[in-house]
Amino acid sequence: MTTKIYIPRDSSALSMGADKVAIAISDEAKKRGKNVEIIRNGSRGLYWLETMVEVSTDLGRVAYGPVKVKDVSSLFDADFLNSASSNSSAHALCLGLTEEIAWLKKQQRLTFARVGITDPVSLDEYIAHDGYKGLKNALSLSGAEIVKTVTESGLRGRGGAAFPTGIKWNTVLACQADQKYIVCNADEGDSGTFSDRMIMENDPFVLIEGMTIAGIAVGATQGYIYLRSEYPHALNVLNEAIDKAEKAGYLGEKICGSKHTFKLEVRRAAGAYVCGEETSLLESLEGKRGVVRFKPPLPAIEGLFGKPTVVNNVISLATVPIILDKGAQYYADYGMGRSRGTLPIQLAGNIKRGGLVELAFGITLRELLYDYGGGSATGRPIRAVQVGGPLGAFLPESQFDTPLDYEAFTNIWAVLGHGGIVAFDDTVDMAKMARYAFEFCAIESCGKCTPCRIGSTRGVEVMDKIIAGAEVSKNIKLVRDLSDTMLHGSLCALGGMTPYPVLSAMNHFPEDF
Amino acid sequence: MQALEEKQELSNKISDLVAEYKSMPGGLLPLLHALQDNIGFIPESSYALIAKALSLSVAEVHGVVTFYHHFRTQKPGRHVLQICRAESCQSMGSEVLEAHAKKCLNVDYHQTTENQAITLEPVYCLGNCALSPAIMLDQDVHGRVSISDLEALILEADASVAKA
Repeated sequence: MTTKIYIPRDSSALSMGADKVAIAISDEAKKRGKNVEIIRNGSRGLYWLETMVEVSTDLGRVAYGPVKVKDVSSLFDADFLNSASSNSSAHALCLGLTEEIAWLKKQQRLTFARVGITDPVSLDEYIAHDGYKGLKNALSLSGAEIVKTVTESGLRGRGGAAFPTGIKWNTVLACQADQKYIVCNADEGDSGTFSDRMIMENDPFVLIEGMTIAGIAVGATQGYIYLRSEYPHALNVLNEAIDKAEKAGYLGEKICGSKHTFKLEVRRAAGAYVCGEETSLLESLEGKRGVVRFKPPLPAIEGLFGKPTVVNNVISLATVPIILDKGAQYYADYGMGRSRGTLPIQLAGNIKRGGLVELAFGITLRELLYDYGGGSATGRPIRAVQVGGPLGAFLPESQFDTPLDYEAFTNIWAVLGHGGIVAFDDTVDMAKMARYAFEFCAIESCGKCTPCRIGSTRGVEVMDKIIAGAEVSKNIKLVRDLSDTMLHGSLCALGGMTPYPVLSAMNHFPEDF
Repeated sequence: MQALEEKQELSNKISDLVAEYKSMPGGLLPLLHALQDNIGFIPESSYALIAKALSLSVAEVHGVVTFYHHFRTQKPGRHVLQICRAESCQSMGSEVLEAHAKKCLNVDYHQTTENQAITLEPVYCLGNCALSPAIMLDQDVHGRVSISDLEALILEADASVAKA
């Protein structure tokens, strides 16, 4: 009898030695004369348990983790290949049935429905797990009807700006042009975020399907995925998946026998954070320096090569298939207020149980940090969290009851952004974090506008004086003035939002300055 | 004589790649990636050829190459070690790793060890933030990296580095 064993190929799992564990299990099975079939699935996103090995049984998959190479022989000793009948549950690493792990079971995985379950590059498995149902429905609708469905679902841009996706698509749909484009912003550069990477590495077809639906909806025949160069595994997986989709008639001309054409190509970014800003991304795709453009014109009207272009984040596009499959109302039934649906939240930094938590909007930071996260990794009190990447505000403990909702965060002068949460314990020096925010802005500024280009460097200098204790109150006033200029005078979010971490650190943690 | 042949070979390689990418829409970045993937860096001597093929000025090519952190114009070491400096890794003590790597290798960021074995680079997020601190050695990401993990990886890449 052959036993199916699942070992993730996700790069975070690889970072904990998943490849070595896979080789060790395969070798040990041979040595013991056991027949095993190793499937390299995606990660379930319970990253503190990587490498998480799952064994298929009649009752479902049984998980073990975190497995190291040195644990492999003891797993065989405990007869983990017969997890349903043996006493392998007594093994110290046995986690029981994967689906019953509370951390996972309590989640509401819509966008991440297949992540960790399937072999990412198997088109057959994708289809067997409800893949391409959304596209099939989309092919029976008009462009305007698809756009209407996306609008009614309440989906807002998951990249951070939270602009309604359907409204953006409608603008592109209404444009008359000989060529339109769908651009996927996969330049996920925010610290504390990895949900885009997870989708691309662990369920690439859902992104391809989402982009294809977008193309059909607005009449675009060419798509580009602008992928950060720091993600080499995602690049390989995407290219393999695109190749398979093309061969099976899901990309290219006459998609699924229809009249629609949609071609897709991955383009590698080159390590510039500012290229996550949509106009700078478009410049980069055109082969230029990633310098931010003035808006208007909006990219939806004059985008890539001057043509109407949809620019959406990975998660926004990867959420489209389930909306087209199950309907707008199904998705809109999740969430709170004007934040509809679910958010793939990323728990990161100094956290005991970090990973991917997809839930309807409305859960509080405190529930995430303690119920899911289990507190800090170091065991010390969590003093601050930064939500929304390097341009997001730092939140003190007194704000941990804020629900994850775009408007609730705006009301406390914070940003939900891409849903990345970075926890810091009580050893953090907030003056240093404020200095780093300016430093990062200085390194990454595209140089177009003065508040960002010069302001960031002056900010580092003034913060250095504050840290050295030189004329502190005068220099704090100076940082506040400078932040005001950057907030109101910058062209894009890089310069315009660097004051969020700086001022929130000063406002909530004055004792560090 | 050998140097001359090498120079010719490099120049042929550059010409081939330029020819391959010159008619691709927005092809400059893909071309630069191809050059760096093949040669290890983007030689400044290639600028004129690229500029001519893509109808750009040499200044524009230089401008693009130098805008992006990923592109380098100098030959790197046999291995590239990137240490994440972003907030999530800072929260888990990446500063200690940075300082230790610099000390072990006796280089600063953007520098290569004297024996050309390892180039040290900062990186701002590897997307491994639930397993901070993270580093990347060539194409491999490593998570929850301790000082001793770092030392072992450095030794693996360059056996000549004495244990600090």
